[in-house]
Amino acid sequence: MSFPLLTATAVLPAVGAIATAAVPAARRTAAKWLALLVSVATLVLAAVVLVRFEPGGDRYQLTESHSWIKDFGVRYELGVDGIAVALIALTALLIPFVILAGWHDADPQETGSSRWRPTQGFFALILGVEAMVIISFEATDVFLFYIFFEAMLIPMYFLIGGFGDRAHSGSDENAAAQRSYAAVKFLLYNLVGGLIMLAAVIGLYVVAGNFSLQEIAAARANGSLHMATSTERWLFLGFFFAFAVKAPLWPLHTWLPNAMGEATAPVAVLITAVVDKVGTFAMLRFCLQLFPEASKWATPVILVLALISIVYGALLAVGQRDIKRLVAYASISHFGFIVLGIFAMTSQGQSGATLYMVNHGISTAALMLVAGFLISRRGSRLIADYGGVQKVAPVLAGTFLIGGLATLSLPGLAPFVSEFLVLVGTFSRYPVIGIIATFGIVLAALYTLVLYQRTMTGPVKPEVSALPDLRVRELAVVVPLIAALIFLGVYPKPVTDLVNPAVKQTLSDVHKKDPKPAVEAAK
Amino acid sequence: MSAAAVHSLWTTAATSPLKEQISKIDAPKIEYGQLSPTLIVIGAAVLGVLVEAFVPRKSRYYVQVFLAVVALAAAFAAVVGLAAGGDGTTKAHIAAMGAIAVDGPALFLQGVILLTGLVAIFTFAERRLDPEAHGNRVDSFAAQAASVPGSDSEKAAVKAGFTTTEVFPLALFAIGGMLVFPSANDLLTLFIALEVFSLPLYLLCAVARRKRLMSQEAAVKYFLLGAFASAFTLFGIALLYGYAGSVSYATIADVVDGSIQNIDPALADTMGNDALLLIGVAMVVMGLLFKVGAVPFHMWTPDVYQGAPTPVTGFMAAATKVAAFGALLRLLYVVLPGLRWDWRPVMWAIAIITMLGGAIVAITQTDIKRLLAYSSIAHAGFILAGVIATTPDGISAVLFYLGAYSFVTVGAFAVVTLVRDAGGEATHLSKWAGLGRRSPLVAAVFAVFLLAFAGIPLTSGFAGKFAVFKAAAEGGAGALVVVGVISSAIAAFFYIRVIVLMFFSEPKADGPTVAVPSPLTMTTIAVGVAVTVVLGLAPQYFLDLANQASVFVR
Repeated sequence: MSFPLLTATAVLPAVGAIATAAVPAARRTAAKWLALLVSVATLVLAAVVLVRFEPGGDRYQLTESHSWIKDFGVRYELGVDGIAVALIALTALLIPFVILAGWHDADPQETGSSRWRPTQGFFALILGVEAMVIISFEATDVFLFYIFFEAMLIPMYFLIGGFGDRAHSGSDENAAAQRSYAAVKFLLYNLVGGLIMLAAVIGLYVVAGNFSLQEIAAARANGSLHMATSTERWLFLGFFFAFAVKAPLWPLHTWLPNAMGEATAPVAVLITAVVDKVGTFAMLRFCLQLFPEASKWATPVILVLALISIVYGALLAVGQRDIKRLVAYASISHFGFIVLGIFAMTSQGQSGATLYMVNHGISTAALMLVAGFLISRRGSRLIADYGGVQKVAPVLAGTFLIGGLATLSLPGLAPFVSEFLVLVGTFSRYPVIGIIATFGIVLAALYTLVLYQRTMTGPVKPEVSALPDLRVRELAVVVPLIAALIFLGVYPKPVTDLVNPAVKQTLSDVHKKDPKPAVEAAK
Repeated sequence: MSAAAVHSLWTTAATSPLKEQISKIDAPKIEYGQLSPTLIVIGAAVLGVLVEAFVPRKSRYYVQVFLAVVALAAAFAAVVGLAAGGDGTTKAHIAAMGAIAVDGPALFLQGVILLTGLVAIFTFAERRLDPEAHGNRVDSFAAQAASVPGSDSEKAAVKAGFTTTEVFPLALFAIGGMLVFPSANDLLTLFIALEVFSLPLYLLCAVARRKRLMSQEAAVKYFLLGAFASAFTLFGIALLYGYAGSVSYATIADVVDGSIQNIDPALADTMGNDALLLIGVAMVVMGLLFKVGAVPFHMWTPDVYQGAPTPVTGFMAAATKVAAFGALLRLLYVVLPGLRWDWRPVMWAIAIITMLGGAIVAITQTDIKRLLAYSSIAHAGFILAGVIATTPDGISAVLFYLGAYSFVTVGAFAVVTLVRDAGGEATHLSKWAGLGRRSPLVAAVFAVFLLAFAGIPLTSGFAGKFAVFKAAAEGGAGALVVVGVISSAIAAFFYIRVIVLMFFSEPKADGPTVAVPSPLTMTTIAVGVAVTVVLGLAPQYFLDLANQASVFVR
């Protein structure tokens, strides 16, 4: 038997989480270094996965398959396609930066009680989330995927509710109440989504008799598994609802601004750049493959919802007074683009959507983490409390600008490529929707540039006049992310090569071909 | 029935061949080996009564604990022995002249009852939680149950260091009754088992050391409502006898199916009368649903769970539910499969209001024991969804769920006994604020139990919930699954609320402390956590076990 590489990639952070949690209370710094070490080692394993994966080869590679709960027809089945590999790499890449950026976020504020170990808990939970996210990208068994899709809510919930942003307005008690409200809202939204999916998962079992994605997809393709149209549609809706909550898609998005606003900046990155990707990833992997006909049936409605997300998220971002909530609404807008790309059902659209997931992860991480550094210096999340920061802390302002420009998809930075692909892919099939979606970009320019203008330019406010510039640890977080943004902006080929074969197969699952270019069709 | 009918009944009885039968009656054949689990437990309970009478007060506690633990362990070993010998599968049969069924579901549930009983007895025996009274170590039970709360005689009893060691034989009697309940194969045995396990439970509810008035009130409520339920059951049994001319499950089932045509002349007026059947079944099932705690027969649950001594609550919540669901399964699957088109719609409705009612009312609770009571009601609804499946999968799913649920319950209530302030256990939720900061381990353990109750993946609660929902969906009850999922979401809200309270709220200055228990309670909690995690991660072995055990003998 070959080395179970995919299992190792998920088990390593899980074991690391337990080890980190077990570090004695007094050795906080050791726990941090241990967590960082584990996350880097996971990155190495993810890199091995990336190297061992052959883009032109079988659809699912590095597969593992073991019997698990025979009675439920559940197998421990792992396998990755190009899309999964790209997202595993993204996850493994971001976690070390999340840990590094959150280095001091969980230091105990009061010394004394020796049994309460927030620092160990914080880093252990981050690694725990990483393990669960990675295994849900790897799972090709619907049940296995569901288990970790649900279970990751618990550590995420403790991260949001237990370790809030210290920069808040109002009293400590008020902040604690808001934080636990945000955590509960996050959990309830996602739990309800998950439970509705559970009903659909059970329904799928009743119809198909097992949970293997490959078996069911194959049986559906060759016609041996027939689903009544209404059954397929109900099951699709059950799955899609859960993923739309997670993604999040309008009108199920309202938990995200609360969660991202109240959580610390690194945890906010974890939510939007890592965990939410499981939702959009699962739309590609499960909704389209298992329920191709229903996916096509639902496409018009989903496209409209995606369009509303794009415009509505961007409009609300323009109106935000809180920096972190602004980034959250921007993310909602971006998730709209991702869903648009997926359900446009063209190869450019879906390649663009996958690429978008990766790029959005990196660009949001860069913007949000720099914003977090800024907020921790001033102790306020309100845009109005800043002004003229670029004169005091030029490096901070510069990196913030690059993160912002990436968010508005400036050509030359990575998100441009993906946004362009999504729009082209959408336009070739649905020109009107493509045109309306373009307004999202205009609004993106508005909210990022206004944010930059209000916080960084203008006269220096007295409260920010003594802000220190980025420290070495902070630079170590930001510089690699910006480098990745520039590299993928100029040379996106490695990722597109990885993703394209998988996208072609997904499209063939739904029996869709790319529309002919208009010029060619006219001939 | 008119006087003439009674008369004719007598005369026919006196002149019919029955008279010859009476003279030829054989000595009953009792399969002592197959009945050994029950016999061991009941025997130990009788011995326990003798211990109360003859062993000096100082050493009673030790003798009683030893006796109870050994008896339960031996009975469990007997169950395992029987199951290994094939009595649960290939050699399943009816024992004791048709009164007791020895088959898979019976043995499985007896095993679960014995194990939960064993870990619950550990919490009964716990003597390190309460502060010492006059230099004597005390448990959760009143010094002298007979003395009036607050009276001089109570004070004297406390001062003398009395303890209510009667709880151990009482618990053993209750367990003995519970062992018979799911294996009862005729209606009279069912009723006797019901009384044998109910009466000791009423008593156990009344003997709390702290908050004695509440405890006695709980016992009176439980007793009164329980007596009503028993009366209903008994009346239903009488009507069923009138319908079928027999109390034996197999005979009634045959009459329901219409495969018996020879009508007992004495009962010619009533036999085969569907009105009797339907009313009788409704009444018997009502009695069982009362014990299960299903809406609308759940009114006693919160008061009794709150008032009873917490170790008793844990024991009762787990073991009673197992026994009662076992009896309900056997009744519906063995006696009434021919009637399932009549009882299924009713059970549908009950399952739906039980799931939703339990989950919705639980949201407003402010006492942890009442909250767990309503949660147990919601769980009864989930299990009913599996009962309704009427497939072998449904049986095994219910068996598995009961096993998983009972250990979580005993463990959760054991944790509740640890959180204390000056007035005893601090059960008001507001006092649990910030527990996670003061005692991370205890709070984490309780969080694991809550997550299992909520059915979060990787816990036993999820595996159980998935099993019953899957069975229900396959049995054509897809709508029940949807309702179940919705009420799970509602239920998740209040479990999460407790977790929020424990971990995200600031500890209060006058908050409770967590008592350090003896290894007894620690064992109970550790077993609870271990079962929760193992059944969550690797349930296959236990699902196989439940599958093998899922055939009723008839």
